[in-house]
Amino acid sequence: MPASAMENTQPKVHILDSAKPAAKMTIEHLTVFYGDKPALHDVNLKIGSNRVTALIGPSGCGKSTFIRCLNRMNDVIPGCRIEGRVKLDDEDVYAPGQDVVNLRTRIGMVFQKPNPFPKSIYDNVAYGPKIHGMCETKEERDAIVLRSLDRAGLLDEVRDRLRAPGTSLSGGQQQRLCIARAIAVEPDVILMDEPCSALDPIATARIEELITELKEHYTIVIVTHSMQQAARLSQKTAYFHLGRLVEEGDTETVFADPQDERTRDYVMGRIG
Amino acid sequence: MSEIAEKKLRMAAIRKKRHRAETRFRLFGMAAVSVGLIFLAVLFAVVLFSGLSAFKQTVIHLDIPVEASGDNYQAMVKLSLRNAFQDVTSRRHKRELYALVSSGAAYQLKDRVQAAPVLRGTMVSIWVTASADVDMAIKGETPRLTDRQLAWVDDLKTKERLKTQFNWRFFTGGDSREPELAGIAVATLGSLFSVFVCLALSFPLGVLTAVYLEEFAPRTRWTDFIEVNINNLAAVPSIVFGLLGLAVFLNAFGLPRSAPLVGGMVLALMTLPTIIITGRAALKAVPPSIREAALAVGASPLQAVFHHVLPLAMPGVLTGTIIGTARALGETAPLLMIGMVAFVVDLPETILSPATALPVQVFLWADSPERGFEERTIAAILILLLFTCLMNLTAVLLRKKYEIRW
Ligand SMILES: Nc1ncnc2c1ncn2[C@@H]1O[C@H](COP(=O)(O)OP(=O)(O)O)[C@@H](O)[C@H]1O
Ligand SMILES: [Mg+2]
Repeated sequence: MPASAMENTQPKVHILDSAKPAAKMTIEHLTVFYGDKPALHDVNLKIGSNRVTALIGPSGCGKSTFIRCLNRMNDVIPGCRIEGRVKLDDEDVYAPGQDVVNLRTRIGMVFQKPNPFPKSIYDNVAYGPKIHGMCETKEERDAIVLRSLDRAGLLDEVRDRLRAPGTSLSGGQQQRLCIARAIAVEPDVILMDEPCSALDPIATARIEELITELKEHYTIVIVTHSMQQAARLSQKTAYFHLGRLVEEGDTETVFADPQDERTRDYVMGRIG
Repeated sequence: MSEIAEKKLRMAAIRKKRHRAETRFRLFGMAAVSVGLIFLAVLFAVVLFSGLSAFKQTVIHLDIPVEASGDNYQAMVKLSLRNAFQDVTSRRHKRELYALVSSGAAYQLKDRVQAAPVLRGTMVSIWVTASADVDMAIKGETPRLTDRQLAWVDDLKTKERLKTQFNWRFFTGGDSREPELAGIAVATLGSLFSVFVCLALSFPLGVLTAVYLEEFAPRTRWTDFIEVNINNLAAVPSIVFGLLGLAVFLNAFGLPRSAPLVGGMVLALMTLPTIIITGRAALKAVPPSIREAALAVGASPLQAVFHHVLPLAMPGVLTGTIIGTARALGETAPLLMIGMVAFVVDLPETILSPATALPVQVFLWADSPERGFEERTIAAILILLLFTCLMNLTAVLLRKKYEIRW
């Protein structure tokens, strides 16, 4: 890759973004270091409300680092340092007085490997609402659990075994359980870091269907390795390369007419 | 021969060698395990063989005329012996005759009479403890009795006035100079009290320390230093902890000597590093994805640890705790330093009363030359082993219970 391309830090923004809704999250000049090693350089991105934003790029380009900055999951990594600003609506996520616990109830997260608690299906979903005091009576709690499972498209499969351990489900079901767990605390934003990469094609299709439904209620940011998935699911796509945001815009445009040479190589399947 | 065929031959030879190495390794492994098992079996057989006899005790049936008033029970026991063998007249022979029963016989009579004063002035029929020499003779040891004494024992046996019965006193009595009167109750209670104190102190402290160091403490030079020193503490000889207890708990704090409280505190010091180290290992083994899952639904770090990580680490934490406590139960050296090596006859009522501990009792009795103490030493070892087995069983059961919960 030519050195000049590396120096070009400004992402190419498509002018075509006309019907853009209000930004749910705004990321300004985000730079992340692990110890002394920089992992992200000066990323600027707006995440639109009630849409799916896809983050793509070759392995190790910083997609996970980026998405984990949005709900401050990087706080727990020793040596991780963050510069720049991340805003949820108009609130600074990294403001000194920010309540991280409250923040994470507003920005939920689903991980690459399904990670249900080793507890019953019911307890998995009920845990979040319980610790936040969102339900006082058992009826309220039952209602939240059933609604969340229903929204995650899992209810019909587990209705008669809510007390079975969450780990007894299949991989795809476990991932939907994790989604149900995330939406049980009624977040505004759901972050998903490669939620389908450990699943078979049928389970993947189920999750994709679910994501399309969920965007009616939630703002979704998804990291994916599959270009087809990004194209099918998202309205906006951001392409990361070696810790830089190289290109972002409407999904159709980014895939049909990429402006940057690196994006073109990637979406054509020449690298990554 | 072609090059390819040569290569194939060479590969076949190497394959054969690999198989042989595999078989050899298995054989070595099985041999090692067998040797271990044989030693264990021999140990148990020896201990059982020479220790079981301590659970039996010879008793002699006497008809004792109790005086209407007066408390010289020793004299009454002697009188009843003279009555039973009226042909004994010389002083020396009388002394030999009296030596058939234990000096504890008078106390047995006293207890009986004081419990039921109506017995005064009547003939009391009672089984009293035989002396250790008689007991040993009955148990088939080379008798230290004179021929005359042996004849009397035979006579008592034929009259069915001499039998062996289960040795309750071994379980209910304190220490004694006479082997036939010595028991392990003081030592057992002392051990139980100490282990209880040890657990009550070291488990919460150890687990909380492990949680703090593993989950919350920042990785700095200080925490590294602390970690290294905890590992060092685990390797410190136990008698050093005893010295520390002597200097700090007894001399500086002025706590009572020989008390299970202090014993437990010293044992807790010794057990803490083990619990912290195994606890940290168990916490480290919990997959980070569980922490992330909890944090991502908005649990605070404290909730993530206490609701999810610690319960998952519990089987490991409990195993470490019980291994540490089992070691503490068998520990002698530190208890010697804080005076739990006393001659204690009365049962300890609280954790502040003087007591000994099982391993210390074993150590004390093993020093005594009498054959009666030898079998009791081994019986006490059996009890100690039994407790250790019970603790390990508890560890297994607790593990099972916590693992089934998911
Ligand atoms: N915990 C960490 N400590 C140090 N470096 C890390 C850590 N996590 C990720 N990195 C580095 O940051 C870069 C971006 O990683 P990541 O965000 O996981 O990439 P992606 O998810 O796009 O594959 C990589 O070079 C990786 O080695
Ligand atoms: Mg990643």
